[in-house]
Parts: sequence; structure tokens; C-alpha cells
Amino acid sequence: MVPIKLKGRTISRGCAEGEVLLSRDPISFLGSVDPKTGIVVEEKHSLAGKSIKGKILVFPHGKGSTVGSYVMYQLKKNGAAPAAIINLETEPIVAVGAIISEIPLVDMLEKNPYELLKDGNIVLVNGSEGYIELIKPEGSKAEK
Amino acid sequence: MYLTKEEEQILNGEAGETLRQAIEILVALGDIYGADRLIPIKSAQIAGVSYKTIGDAGLEWISDLEGQVKVPAILNPAGMDLEDWKRLRISPEFAEKQKAIVQAYKKLGIRCECTCTPYTLEGFSVNYGDHLAWSESSAISYANSVIGARTNREGGPSALSAALLGKTANYGFHLDKNRVPEVSIGVECSLKESDYGALGYVAGKFIGNRVPIFHLKNKPEMDELKALGAAMAASGAVALYHVKGVTPEACRMNFEEPEEKIVIERNQLDEVYSSRRRAGKEPELITIGCPHCSKSELKKAAELLKGKMVSKETWIFTSRELTKRNPEYVRTIEESGAKVVCDTCMVVSPATNSYSCVMVNSGKAFAYVPGMCGAESVYGDMETCIEEATREKKEGGSH
Repeated sequence: MVPIKLKGRTISRGCAEGEVLLSRDPISFLGSVDPKTGIVVEEKHSLAGKSIKGKILVFPHGKGSTVGSYVMYQLKKNGAAPAAIINLETEPIVAVGAIISEIPLVDMLEKNPYELLKDGNIVLVNGSEGYIELIKPEGSKAEK
Repeated sequence: MYLTKEEEQILNGEAGETLRQAIEILVALGDIYGADRLIPIKSAQIAGVSYKTIGDAGLEWISDLEGQVKVPAILNPAGMDLEDWKRLRISPEFAEKQKAIVQAYKKLGIRCECTCTPYTLEGFSVNYGDHLAWSESSAISYANSVIGARTNREGGPSALSAALLGKTANYGFHLDKNRVPEVSIGVECSLKESDYGALGYVAGKFIGNRVPIFHLKNKPEMDELKALGAAMAASGAVALYHVKGVTPEACRMNFEEPEEKIVIERNQLDEVYSSRRRAGKEPELITIGCPHCSKSELKKAAELLKGKMVSKETWIFTSRELTKRNPEYVRTIEESGAKVVCDTCMVVSPATNSYSCVMVNSGKAFAYVPGMCGAESVYGDMETCIEEATREKKEGGSH
């Protein structure tokens, strides 16, 4: 099968592949996520208790304090950052955080990622060229 | 976004990793906000200085950068007085980290005066129409509104990137079309002094991040405009305001009156002052200088404190340069037992966290102290604050 490829906008360069983790809620890196473990600690968040470490993290946009950019850097240094990020529309705190932490980030895809992607899909995010590619629609779980 | 050949090369890493990352940040922001190109800036002011706010992550990021800033650049307040941090009982661990942050900035060629009023400093002049990359919210408001210079609300990393490149992305408040008033604020009563901070505190909540034009009954002083803008940037996200007949763009541009009109009355301002009664707490700490005191505010504090002794902990914040230029005011203030503190403020210093009720004469501090320092804030003008500070203790206080 030909992999599905969607064009988007480059926010942060670099390339990464991994398992999709979808959040319908915006994320504030200051307060929502434990910078040491990558576990979402904000109560009532749709990802509460889950780890964003190594995932292709899909969320609509960021929220909250500008210090969030530095928290993303802390996640990266602690090996707990997402492998890449897909946003509906990035806002400056997450954009800056992704750039300083070298996390590839693409937004404004030509199709709504929430209609295409599911948790566990394997996706490639190419931040340098501004596209994502759905490599394994069934996800890694199908292969154990 | 259009980039020159040289800028393309920087983005491709030909000028090193630091500049590559810096331009990537500016280009990303430019793309998000629809900038057409990068434009030169005259100066930068960088937030993200207090260890209390940026933590080890911020320290690491700044330490990893290399090179030198291309335009005059200066820092926002740190978490402590850099020369005399023991006086406000800062822990040695905090001081160590704070010094490392400032040192990392210094290595990049940044002036390590830590102040929220860079526009008062020698050699850091700002003029009408200058493009800047500033990131302290009250300084942004002052530069945009009172001086008529142009800056967006920069975050720490974007202001630092702009300083390293000497450029910023051309969007937002750099463009004429975004500087037009969107909401009109009529104020029915006459105002003086801390009324402006109370007005800003009330108005900022209505305005959000829009551009207001004020119609005032009297002509405010510079310090009053500073207080108005600082409070609006704290209770709202106001980066630019106009005052009909007063601020430079309102005088030159002949703006049309916005359709949306809000009227603010005396009783709304009185509510800010009377919050003290609601809280029912006695202030344990009196703080003045948010934003940092100007020369005339230091003079006023000195006159009010002359020949008196404070009975409560009293901190007066200003820039180091102003203390050096005005040693006589500093001496008078300190003879009363009050402390003149530089490089920091009541909001970003961890020292404030050990009090449960703080009296302020700043609408900005009034807004931030509860959330940032976990203390009640009560509001009064400078005279009332000094009265509170020097009031004799009931049970035979000895001083």
C-alpha cells in the first residue's frame, strides 16, 4: 500500500517516526506535564496519567505560560520529550519550545489529523520539509 | 516569509548552531503571524531571568548558546538583588543558580542590569518609531504607548533570538494596521497617582489583548502612564494603548473612534482600594516599585520616609543605575529601615513567598502577587503604603 502523505507547515525542523498519541485538549507544558517523566499530570486532561515520551503527540494547540517553552527543553534533556508534534495550529510557546528542544513540529495539515489518525498508528513527521506520513495505519499493537 | 540570501544561509546552519536556532525561532513566529520579512531592531530586552520562573531548563538552554548579541540588549528583573541577596533572605542554592543564569547571559554580551524600566537607563534610549524586541510586559506597553516605539510581546527565547540576530519578524505591533484603537474607554472621574494602576487593573480585564484608547479628564504624568500600562498588561494582555490628546500616536495619527465603548466609574476603582477590608488581613510587608521606581518616585518615597522609622518590612524596588545616580534618596530611605532593592521585584523574587499579606501601590503587583507569591495583596497609594509601613505598633512597639 502507498503510505498516506499529508502536507503541512514547517514549524520546527527535523524528522522522527513513532506511535501516535492523540489529545483533544490543548496542552500547557507548564503545569500539565511532569518534566522529568513526560507523564501528563493535569487532572481532567484527556491524557491524564499517560506518558508523552517518545510519542508522536497530536494536540490542537498550546496554552498557558511562556515558561512552557523551557519545560519542553527540560523534557528533552530528561529523555522524556515527544518524538515529534503535530498541531492543528501551533501557538508561539509550543513553537519556540519545539525549536529549542529540536522536536520536529508540523501544523496546519491539508486534512484534519483527528479524522485520519488514531492512537497507536505509526507516523513519520518530517518537520524540515513540512509533511507527515502514515506508515502503519494498524499501529504497532497489531504486530505485538 | 521572504528571507535574504544571507538569512537563508543562517537558517541552513552556515553561521553556526546558535544563530540557526535563533533564526528558526523568528521564522516560525513570522510564519505563524504572517510576517513578510525580518526587520532590524534597535534593542532587545530579555525576560526569563529569574531562576524562580525558568528553572534549570532555562539555565541549560541559555548556557548552551554561543556568540554575541548584535544590538544593545538588557535583562528583565532577576529573582534577587545580585549584589546583596542575603538581605532578603534568599537561599544560597537559589543565589547560586541565579548567578549562573546572569553569567550565561553576560557571556552573550548582554547588559546584566536587571530592570523592567530599561527606557530610563543611560545608553538605552528609545525613540518614536524605533523597532524593538522587548519582553517585559510593562516595558513593552511603555515603549509602544508612551514612547511610540514598536515591539511585540516577546517571550524570553524570541527576544534573545532577536538580540543575537539584531532582527525580528515584521508582524503585529510593528505594522501600522495593528496599532489602531479597537475599543474606547471613557473615564468619568478625575485621577491621580495610584488611581492609574487601579484603572489599568480594572480596564485590562475588559480589554484582553486589544488596543484601547482612553479619554481622561486630566493629563497623566509619565509615572502614571507607566502604572496604567503595567496594570493593564497584568490583568489583561494589553501591549499598546492610546490616551486621547496625550500619547504620541493618539496625537499624530488622527484615529477614528472605535465602535465599542466602555465607561469606567469611580466606584470600580474604589473597589480595588477596598479589597483590603474584604481580605481582612493586616499587611506584613510593604512593597513599592512595580515597575521599578523612577527618580521622581524614589524622591517621593524619600520625602515620605524622611525622619521616620518603619515598623514593618518595607521594600522599594528600582534599577541599580538609578540608585547610583540618586544616592541621597537611597540614604534617606534606608535610614528609615526600609530597604532599596535592585535587580528584582516583589513578583519574581522568592523572598515575597514567606509573607501572607503584602501591601502594594502597583496594579500590576496587585494582580500578580496572589498567584505568583501565594500572598494576599492589598492596594493603596504610596502615601498610604508609607503610612502603613511607619505606623507605630499598638503593643508598645519599640523603634
